[in-house]
Amino acid sequence: MQVYRHRLITRLWHWLNALAVLVMIPSGLMIFNAHPRLYWGNYGANFDHAWLKLPQWPGWLTLPSTYDLAGARHWHLAFALVLAFSLLVYLPWSLLNRHIQRDLRIRGAELAPAHLAQDLEAHWQLRFHDPADPKAYNIFQKASYAGVLFILLPLLIFTGLALAPGMWPWLADMFGGRQSARSLHFIAMALLSLFTVVHLTLVILAGPVNEVRSMITGWWKAPEDMGEAA
Amino acid sequence: MITRRGLIVSGGATLLAGCDAWTGSPLLLDADEAHRYLQRAVVGRGALAAEFRPEQRSPRFRTNGTNNPNTPEYNALAANRFADWRLQVGGMVRQPLSLSLAQLRSMPQRAQITRHDCVEGWSAIGKWQGPRLEEVLRLAGLQDGVRYIVFHCADVFGQRRIPYYESIDLVDAFHPQTILAWSMNDAPLGVGHGAPLRLRVERQLGYKHAKYVMRIEAVASLAGIGRGKGGFWEDIAGYEWYAGI
Repeated sequence: MQVYRHRLITRLWHWLNALAVLVMIPSGLMIFNAHPRLYWGNYGANFDHAWLKLPQWPGWLTLPSTYDLAGARHWHLAFALVLAFSLLVYLPWSLLNRHIQRDLRIRGAELAPAHLAQDLEAHWQLRFHDPADPKAYNIFQKASYAGVLFILLPLLIFTGLALAPGMWPWLADMFGGRQSARSLHFIAMALLSLFTVVHLTLVILAGPVNEVRSMITGWWKAPEDMGEAA
Repeated sequence: MITRRGLIVSGGATLLAGCDAWTGSPLLLDADEAHRYLQRAVVGRGALAAEFRPEQRSPRFRTNGTNNPNTPEYNALAANRFADWRLQVGGMVRQPLSLSLAQLRSMPQRAQITRHDCVEGWSAIGKWQGPRLEEVLRLAGLQDGVRYIVFHCADVFGQRRIPYYESIDLVDAFHPQTILAWSMNDAPLGVGHGAPLRLRVERQLGYKHAKYVMRIEAVASLAGIGRGKGGFWEDIAGYEWYAGI
């Protein structure tokens, strides 16, 4: 059974966002290499207490691949526009077309411990879809997608803006100062990286051809067509 | 069709290496211009940078770039505590000026405790004092057609010993917090921080805050300055000319 699962706006946003993240994390790591220390508060430099000091990220993880702070900033700031403006269009659009209310709204019953345990067990058995409603997202999907859409991506955008010296000062104040904003920017990036790794792993486990095709064409094959593997 | 999975699994590293070649592409540089336009349109041209209380200052304010120009000319000026130093103001002005430190100190002053944000990511907070750049420019009188103010400095870089230079447009030149600081944390500016005079352009990153300023030049275009991108790091390494982001 073929189901129309992802609307055009969702697919467009998904790939624009994926491209932006694919560019912004490696270029962000290169920017981080210029000063791989994190602080809390308004100021923070070499003589101040850093809560995190890391070695330089290796070249295969950074963009550009050799030390180039100016080049990394060009990449990062250009794709920041893609990331921010695509989210700015996608979120209100998804409220209007009721994607958020219909597909991402978490119902009270889903948070019951018994339901969570049941869903977790199903995940371990690689059963990701409710046979009664295969199109519906399970609770872990809803929570992680909502966390990325409503918390991580906005946090990355606003903490990123707060780092700009020409920005409104209250934006950095909201996060406890510019260096706190920089720390939160890094933490949100780490969580988004974790999400991406888990997301890609589950795409592969759930049947990569079917999953990727549905995000390109919108059409998804429901599990009963997938035989025993479902 | 290229899928994300395909990109990451098979070609991630190759892709990123390939991207190195696009780093200087005009599309990315246009995005920098878009940021300047958006930031000035949304935040406003005259918006003020954050100012802090004295106890919020960094205990120790690190230096960056040049710590000491250490040229014979500069050392001679420093040995005499910059009594013989003069700030030259020229280019497209009605009245070229040659100002001593005493003259700059006797002009109306602005003091501000602000955060210095380096492009590398660190920040330090300190107090700066000096006349507003606008006061100096009004004294000299800008001719019609001036679009940029260029700062020529005493510190030299590399084997070719290129003196540092930077530039800002008139929006930032006339911004209320743009000052020519001769004092830092209530003491005369130290050599590490740009003695005797440095620019403070508070809504931009650190490399715009030219230290060891010797000469100010009003120009209509940046084409004749260095390689034409408006500043030493802009020309050498491709940093953004507008560093408000």
